[in-house]
Amino acid sequence: MHKLLVSSSPHIKSPQTTGSIMLYVIIALFPSMVAAVVIFGTKAIWLMAICVISAVASEALARFLMKRDVGTVLDLSAVVTGLILALNLPVTFPLWMAAVGSAFAIIVVKQLFGGIGQNVINPAAAARIFLLISFSGQMTLYVTPFRPDAIAEATLLGILKEHPDVVTGNNYLSLFLGNKAGVMGEVCGLAIVIGFVFLVATKVIRPHAPVAFAVTFMGLYYLMGKDGLYMLLLGGALFGAVFMMTDYTTTPVTDWGKIIFGVGCAVITVLIRQFGSYPEGISFSIVLMNILVPYIDKWTKRRVFGTGREKA
Amino acid sequence: MFGMPGVHPRGSKNTQGCATQRIPSPKTVEIPLSMHIGKPCECLVRPGDVVKKGTCIGGGDAYPSVPVHSSVSGTVKQIADYTTASGAVVQSVVIESDGQDQWDEAIVPPAVDSREGFLKAVRDSGLVGLGGAGFPTWVKLDVKDKPVDYLLINFAECEPYITSDFRTAVEDTELVFEGIQAVMKYTGAKQCIIGVESNKPEAVKLLRERADSLPDVSVKVLKAKYPQGAEKVLIHSLTGRTVHVGKLPLDVGCLVLNITSCAFLAAYLKTGRPLVERRLTVDGCVAKPGNYLVPIGTSIADVLEAAGGCTQQPEKVIMGGPMMGLAVPTCQTPVLKNNNAILAFSGKMSRQREESACIRCARCITHCPYSLAPAAIDRAVRAGNVQALLELNVSACMECGCCSYICPAKRHLVERNRLGKQMVRDYLKKEEEMKHA
Repeated sequence: MHKLLVSSSPHIKSPQTTGSIMLYVIIALFPSMVAAVVIFGTKAIWLMAICVISAVASEALARFLMKRDVGTVLDLSAVVTGLILALNLPVTFPLWMAAVGSAFAIIVVKQLFGGIGQNVINPAAAARIFLLISFSGQMTLYVTPFRPDAIAEATLLGILKEHPDVVTGNNYLSLFLGNKAGVMGEVCGLAIVIGFVFLVATKVIRPHAPVAFAVTFMGLYYLMGKDGLYMLLLGGALFGAVFMMTDYTTTPVTDWGKIIFGVGCAVITVLIRQFGSYPEGISFSIVLMNILVPYIDKWTKRRVFGTGREKA
Repeated sequence: MFGMPGVHPRGSKNTQGCATQRIPSPKTVEIPLSMHIGKPCECLVRPGDVVKKGTCIGGGDAYPSVPVHSSVSGTVKQIADYTTASGAVVQSVVIESDGQDQWDEAIVPPAVDSREGFLKAVRDSGLVGLGGAGFPTWVKLDVKDKPVDYLLINFAECEPYITSDFRTAVEDTELVFEGIQAVMKYTGAKQCIIGVESNKPEAVKLLRERADSLPDVSVKVLKAKYPQGAEKVLIHSLTGRTVHVGKLPLDVGCLVLNITSCAFLAAYLKTGRPLVERRLTVDGCVAKPGNYLVPIGTSIADVLEAAGGCTQQPEKVIMGGPMMGLAVPTCQTPVLKNNNAILAFSGKMSRQREESACIRCARCITHCPYSLAPAAIDRAVRAGNVQALLELNVSACMECGCCSYICPAKRHLVERNRLGKQMVRDYLKKEEEMKHA
């Protein structure tokens, strides 16, 4: 007699897979990738390619050496990490250093902690910090937008750090479109917002953390009598909020947890920007909040339906 | 009112327009003596006995229980062993049909004039919850002195594919309302709400037309969302009331009855013919998907045959819906009272994807109707951490399967929840024994 398959219900599953989610994130990153090439030239393509290749190869190598299933490389998560790291680098960054950073993100931060879903801190954010500390000079060598040969002295945040009272032109639109020095992915706010809308509309991410971050961040600056919107458009605030504060593995699972995470990132970023010695503090704030995630998850556990006090 | 979360699988209500057809009488039926939640019946027949359609073949005074009747006229061939879905072995009666399908002459409409008489009639009818749960209806309707604010008629039919309740509403509209009136009369229910999912406008129109003339009966359209028809979810959606863990709907003044159960009850009160056949949706890889009236105890193979046979070799056959239904090991499995569908799947639909690592996307948490944390339960079960399972309230899980459905890593979350519930039960039992030792 023909054998029937017996398995637990449910017998149908949603079509979404880990790989399809990662593909959606790559699609959301696409506007930022295009913007990077338009603003900083074709060198951007090389940096992105080398980061992705290094990330995927590192993942395969690490899984192989650890005697784990190498097939999981196909879930595209290493591609996402590589792309996010590349977009966190200045276009002048040496390729071999980028490859080292990507390998660090995957091997040390992700695979040594158990691979996808197990890492405590965001691999791209940690790798950015690793590169910033190891190669400070190269990590802060920026070029003027649309003129790949012209080395800019510093980012606007760097200038503000040195001369807090300097008044720079507050042309929001020009800043939003990417007319400023900075790392490849952070300068074009428009591309980041397009990615954000796409991710929220396709329900890949929930908007809570980025929105909580932006509101708190601007609010703090306005309270200090500064231009909050201007500050939001500078540095990696938007890019970090959209693509790094929404990483599943390293951020809280509940909506309230995500809000606390966003608020925490905003407070730490503002503290570093205003009082720290670094001009920018997005990756530091993300990594610090990553470490708090297990506690935030514990504090924001939802009450199970039908438990707790009964109404009389 | 704030809706509870859930998932939106494709409705696949392909058979909504298929009017019910009676299948040819099967040559033999195998009728298990336990098709309900509770104690199995005592066998009242022996091999060689001649029975008619509607003859009581299983009964007794065990509580809670409900009698079982023959679904064909013929001769008892064998008293066999039957393994239920939960793994228990009970008796079943194998009857060879004489092809006459004659009703037992002793059947007369029940004389009902009191609450006790009504409950006895419901018990004698053999009725169990026809939506799938299989709880003896007479036990549920025995409200004692508890006030019933709402009689809620469950017509969510939120499982994909299944349309048998829809056919009841369309074909037996009058019976539905007669049933409602009888139940309201004998339980003292003040108000009745029929809860329908928004994907059945045709039925809503029919039911509304009829309900308009009754001041205490209303029809409420619910968002089409799985598991809208789960008892506690339905109560919350229709009345805003919360049934706490370990409590019954009656504790919050609600009585929930499936629409097909309700229509059957009215038919029984008129004719006295017990529950021996039911309407089934047959869908999947069969030549003629549709709704069929099937004698209880008919083998799935006979049902598939009656639906034109399979167009492909089925690889998985499900009793019930794809979200909560049971995959049967063989097509010889008989149709039970509480089955509402037979789905035969082959190819892609029958395959299971391998599990991959949890990516902490939290979809299982945001889609759980009860706000459980299946990913955390998964971890606790694999770690054997009963304390964590207790803290996570795993016992509240109704096993609706939303978590497994939505998980992009294809983790078998609802399976882990079941394991977790069993681990908690074992642990509590041990605790109890320690206390008494």
